[in-house]
Amino acid sequence: MLERAVQQVPARRVAASRSGAFARSADRIGDAVLQALCVIAALLAILLLAAIVYEVVGSASSAIGRYGLGFLFHRAWKPNFEVFGAAVALFGTVVTSLAALLIAVPLGVAIALFLSTLAPGRVRSVIGPLVEMLAAIPSVILGFWGILVLAPLLPAHVEPFLHGVFGFLPIFGAPEQSGASVLNAVLILTIMVLPIIASISRDLFLTVPRELTDGARALGSTRWEVVRGVVLPSTASGIIAASFLGLGRALGEAIAVAQTIGAGKAISASFFATGNTAASLIAQQYFGATDRMQVSALFYLAVILLVIGLVANLAAQAIARRFDVHVALAR
Amino acid sequence: MSSTPPAPADVPVDGVLAPPEEQAPLEREDPLAPLTEYRLDPARPLRASGHLRRRQLVSRTMDALQSASALIAVSVLAFVVYSVVSHGASILSISFLTKGPPLIETEPGGGIAPMIVGTATLVAIAAAISAPIGILAALYMTEFAGRRSARLVRLALDLLYGVPTIVTGLFIFALLVAGKSQMGFAGAVGLAIIMLPLIARATQEALVLVPRDLRQAVEALGVGRWRAVRGVVLPSALGGILTATVLSIARAAGETAPLLFASSVFSNGVSMNIFGEATPNLTVYIYKASEGANRFGWARAWGAALALLGFILVVNIAIRAFDARRRARLLG
Repeated sequence: MLERAVQQVPARRVAASRSGAFARSADRIGDAVLQALCVIAALLAILLLAAIVYEVVGSASSAIGRYGLGFLFHRAWKPNFEVFGAAVALFGTVVTSLAALLIAVPLGVAIALFLSTLAPGRVRSVIGPLVEMLAAIPSVILGFWGILVLAPLLPAHVEPFLHGVFGFLPIFGAPEQSGASVLNAVLILTIMVLPIIASISRDLFLTVPRELTDGARALGSTRWEVVRGVVLPSTASGIIAASFLGLGRALGEAIAVAQTIGAGKAISASFFATGNTAASLIAQQYFGATDRMQVSALFYLAVILLVIGLVANLAAQAIARRFDVHVALAR
Repeated sequence: MSSTPPAPADVPVDGVLAPPEEQAPLEREDPLAPLTEYRLDPARPLRASGHLRRRQLVSRTMDALQSASALIAVSVLAFVVYSVVSHGASILSISFLTKGPPLIETEPGGGIAPMIVGTATLVAIAAAISAPIGILAALYMTEFAGRRSARLVRLALDLLYGVPTIVTGLFIFALLVAGKSQMGFAGAVGLAIIMLPLIARATQEALVLVPRDLRQAVEALGVGRWRAVRGVVLPSALGGILTATVLSIARAAGETAPLLFASSVFSNGVSMNIFGEATPNLTVYIYKASEGANRFGWARAWGAALALLGFILVVNIAIRAFDARRRARLLG
């Protein structure tokens, strides 16, 4: 408006130097170009997501059409006979992710409590970054460590002990020869999920108003009573959101699990036996997948992973938004 | 004013105060009578006893468990890093970093130079693709979009972040590799897809932090928006954007799954033909070694792991130091 008014005054027009007029039109072009570029980039992000869904579902369509929902419950995976069932892998995915979360959530919350309420400033500024460093270790290195360092230790030391103490539980069956096992994969996944939960929870705990915790202390609560009565209840939704983010990470991790779980073909109750997960089954067949139906079956697995992964992510965000907590992307 | 002792029943009385049976009963016949029966025994030691003692014990136990958890996390990190360093250091040398692996994988010696060059190439291409798109998308969210469209883009980016990396790998396979041969470029695109949400969201956070009065001052000058963005908004968010980009580069360098179907069948030499053949890279090399049972391959993979982990940890530590200084300056 103002611009147009200025342009309508002849004297002003004459006075405007050539470079000034040029700068104004350059401004207008620059604005339009920048805005267009930004819109294109934003559209690209949305289109990319749509393309991933479209392409993955499209490539899976022949397997979906042939095997239908029975794919989810059929146990055999025999590429040579064109027999594909995901039951073993899906069972493994659920078991490993839940077990990893079962360890990582209490441990991560405890670390977050240590970092936000217990540790003195200097300790906090050292331990905090170290815990986040865990998240920076590439999954392939963690898996490599799991199969070469952790695997020999488990059957020799950990499994006999667990079997001896908790042997009445079927998940802690007789120790096995090989160290590649569901337990190994669970431990590696725990290491990967732990820093996510610890760092988000720590940020959450730091947002608890000081008056509340101080008030509880002034009423005579012990430190733990403050945590249980004030800190945890006021951040519970955020912790659940963080757990869902961790769950999404654990469900979708292919490489480290493929390295450590031992590519088992059967469902076993024991954590010491080998197993498989959907993501790692895909990763294990990266070079052998030449048959069209096999490739399509792998894409079917990817569709399942994509759905669970996106649902876990959406759930985390819905919880976070509903309770107005900020769950940053874990870096 | 006669001094009135505190009402005995309302506050939790343990330890310091007299034991319950010695205290005044709750219901008294004359409520106005002074509470003389309530006595504080000055001779009792100031040590918690009974109920309070149990509560304190629980609290201390929980404190100890929290410290132990932190200790566990740090020792796991130390264990992993120690393993990688101790195994990797024995093979790491100048020739290891400058030579290719032996022609036959089961032989000793050789190095990982083609993989280092390849990973650097792939990550550089991925950054060149994802950084401009990510930064522009972030600019769209903070500078141009309305509330609704900004939220939509943010949702798409968060969902992209939630796509399992192996699914990204399969997507790239279907899009660029299936029916053709593997190529390094496809792997780089896969890495770019992983970097995009990281860069965009972190850049957005940095853009939001640009001081409001700075923006208003620019607007008052009446210059075009792109000038404002180029002259003020981007420079003052530059630190945050650089941090985000470098961190996502470190993250992409360690990714395996997007490369598995796009750039995994590679030869042992340096390859710059990113559109024609698979580019050797560190992560897939380590993955293949862990699938095999060959101790010389393992030794080289430990060396590769040390090189990769060293790069990633150094970048992370450096960025952290840089970021802390930047934030301190930003917040005054």
